[in-house]
Amino acid sequence: MKILTCPMNGPRNITEFQYLGPFRAMPDPDDASDTDWAQYLFRAENSRGPVVEWWRHTPSNYVFLAERHLGTGDVIRTFDPSEGRPS
Amino acid sequence: MPLKLLKYGLARDYPVTGDIPATPDLRKSYDVVIIGGGGHGLACAFYLSKYHGITNVAILEKGYLAGGNTARNTTTIRSNYITPEGIAFYKEGVELYGEMSQELDFNVMFSQRGQLTLAHSETTMRSFHLRAEMGKHMGTRLEVVDQKQVQELCPHLNMDYGGALEILGGLWHEDGGTARHDAVAWGYAAQASRRGVEIHQRTEVESINVNGGRVQSVTTNRGEIACGQVMIACGGANYEVAMKAGVRLPIRCYPLQAMVTQPIKPWLHTLVSSVSLHTYLVQSSRGELVIGGGSDPYQSYSTRSTLDMKEHLAQGAVHMFPFLQNMRLLRQWAGTTDMTPDYSPIMGASPLDNLWLDCGWGTWGFKATPVAGKYMAQTIANGKVPDILRPFGMDRFTSFELLNEMGATAASH
Repeated sequence: MKILTCPMNGPRNITEFQYLGPFRAMPDPDDASDTDWAQYLFRAENSRGPVVEWWRHTPSNYVFLAERHLGTGDVIRTFDPSEGRPS
Repeated sequence: MPLKLLKYGLARDYPVTGDIPATPDLRKSYDVVIIGGGGHGLACAFYLSKYHGITNVAILEKGYLAGGNTARNTTTIRSNYITPEGIAFYKEGVELYGEMSQELDFNVMFSQRGQLTLAHSETTMRSFHLRAEMGKHMGTRLEVVDQKQVQELCPHLNMDYGGALEILGGLWHEDGGTARHDAVAWGYAAQASRRGVEIHQRTEVESINVNGGRVQSVTTNRGEIACGQVMIACGGANYEVAMKAGVRLPIRCYPLQAMVTQPIKPWLHTLVSSVSLHTYLVQSSRGELVIGGGSDPYQSYSTRSTLDMKEHLAQGAVHMFPFLQNMRLLRQWAGTTDMTPDYSPIMGASPLDNLWLDCGWGTWGFKATPVAGKYMAQTIANGKVPDILRPFGMDRFTSFELLNEMGATAASH
């Protein structure tokens, strides 16, 4: 079983978590062009490298960010969204 | 006679005739360069060479022939989709499998034994009715069956798992079947190379050189080649390869895991899948039970199997057929699936004039090998996307005309 370290609950089995996909900066819905909005909806980071993603610890319903390497699967760090989001 | 045979066997110039020639030297330029030596790329090369007279074709394969998802899928062939565009396309795919062994002069062991999908809830039964009506409307063999018919089709099924996941009925797809995946790739490779197509194994694309909205050349680990037309068909590597040409595909990669048991006597005569259990089973012609359908719950390029996913698949299989509890697993593996937001493939034009896409085949690519090859070849030969492929264009992700096929499989997504 893989272990994911939750910033609030500490190390837990990864089955306790829900994966919510890569972080995507949302453009302003009022100003964004249709193309930009489509990019935001349908394009996500998928490189074989470190990617920042949303995760949720299901029992405590706590949502946080994790930086994970998509090639190796290694979790580099996990942090609360208040500690800064990628641009 | 024995002496003659011995002499023949020990001769240095032992005349070997192979179906697929060894990798030749790379030439300076090709009319068509296909990136990816899997089923789809090989099928496209076959159709180009046989039906469009285009034989100056190079297939570039980073690893060995058909060693990616063509080798890792669970060989299900079916057309029980839900959108009219999807059904029309996959229906022709199933039909092409019917004539493939004759077409390729190579036995692909196509076995059209029917696919039974199980419903454990009223909600699933309702969605089955919708799918059956869509299928019938489009001319495929697809019908909703009740509990009694399910038992007749597959007498070994455990109909009532303590009442917890009782089987209420099913969706019977008589057109469904399987074929030998390696043979499909080898058949296309043999026929294409016989007509002059070059298959370059161990040839990795390092960069795609774009100028003036066109791909000018492709740099590989064995040298640079100029190209007239280029097609990307490399399964789990599609996103990264397209990025080399500056094209960002709406794709996220997930591993998909499957496994086979030890071989046993033939007893399972249909393909059986359960949407609720995210598990499907088929018995191969060798007697092994192929158990599939576990997508990992998060993105990754890793093709390592995980214990929890294997447990999940084993649990689903034992749920349906409790007597499998003492079976031993023989092999397990994972492949990288390139998933699109709407669970339909991306075929046709790219933002570059001469770059064509046959991508986003996720967990559903094998069944479409012949039909994708046929129409991608037509696209490349005519420089125009045929009507049947139009709904699958990448532009649907900017015009918001998605083709939702999310419920069309028992894989867990």
